[in-house]
Amino acid sequence: RCSTKLESMGFRVGQGLIERFTKDTARFKDELDIMKFICKDFWTTVFKKQIDNLRTNHQGIYVLQDNKFRLLTQMSAGKQYLEHAPKYLAFTCGLIRGGLSNLGIKSIVTAEVSSMPACKL
Amino acid sequence: RGLRGLKEFPSPVQNSELFTLTYGALVTQLCKDYENDEDVNKQLDKMGYNIGVRLIEDFLARSNVGRCHDFRETADVIAKIAFKMYLGITPSITNWSPGGDEFSLILENNPLVDFVELPDNHSTLIYSNLLCGVLRGALEMVQMAVDVKFVQDTLKGDSVTEIRMKFIRRIEDNLPAGEE
Repeated sequence: RCSTKLESMGFRVGQGLIERFTKDTARFKDELDIMKFICKDFWTTVFKKQIDNLRTNHQGIYVLQDNKFRLLTQMSAGKQYLEHAPKYLAFTCGLIRGGLSNLGIKSIVTAEVSSMPACKL
Repeated sequence: RGLRGLKEFPSPVQNSELFTLTYGALVTQLCKDYENDEDVNKQLDKMGYNIGVRLIEDFLARSNVGRCHDFRETADVIAKIAFKMYLGITPSITNWSPGGDEFSLILENNPLVDFVELPDNHSTLIYSNLLCGVLRGALEMVQMAVDVKFVQDTLKGDSVTEIRMKFIRRIEDNLPAGEE
């Protein structure tokens, strides 16, 4: 399925990107530190903005919310394209999963779009 | 919890690296999907074409260039404005044909191929073929039928990358070209 291919492409790119990023930086303190890095520096490099909201249950689940996800902003905000939105998110899920993987974190990343152009990962 | 008070990480990563990595992942995936280089080259050209027919609108809106009066002007706009805007490089224009309908773009460095090496079993792959499709598609939307191809490629050991562009004819009808 195309989403799987896109996700694996994103995974490879995410791994490569993180390598470039963390060549010279200090080790991260903990998992939350890593997630904040993803929300701030990583997201800014890729999407030119930060994640708008990060929530966690402190038990390994994190929700990243982007209210104006750049890959969705060019599409009409109504319901029309909602069913196609996941394809545009697949690559990004892979990107995050790849980045985390090279930082030593195994993860599963899924995305949800309930109203364009906002999304939650 | 807010995101204030995070320590700043200086970002060593440029946006161009994301672009290069993504393009590389795309070509790699296409090589897996298609069995031979020729098919990958065709796909890249087709994808480039589909991008080009839309990119031209973005280009015209952002650059504010008017209509080109001849192919020389077109060449200048492509090299000095378009390439600069989208790829951050300015190729030089050389090798004009006597009739003024063909020229070469010489790229000393090609951002698409940073960190890329072609493996031996893909010697006929035209890695950056997407660019040819983009140029072809974009120019078609401004009524020019052109032929675009790589004649030299640093990935294949040449000292520069050279793209040859040939004007074929003006497209007279106003029907927008469909997607391939």
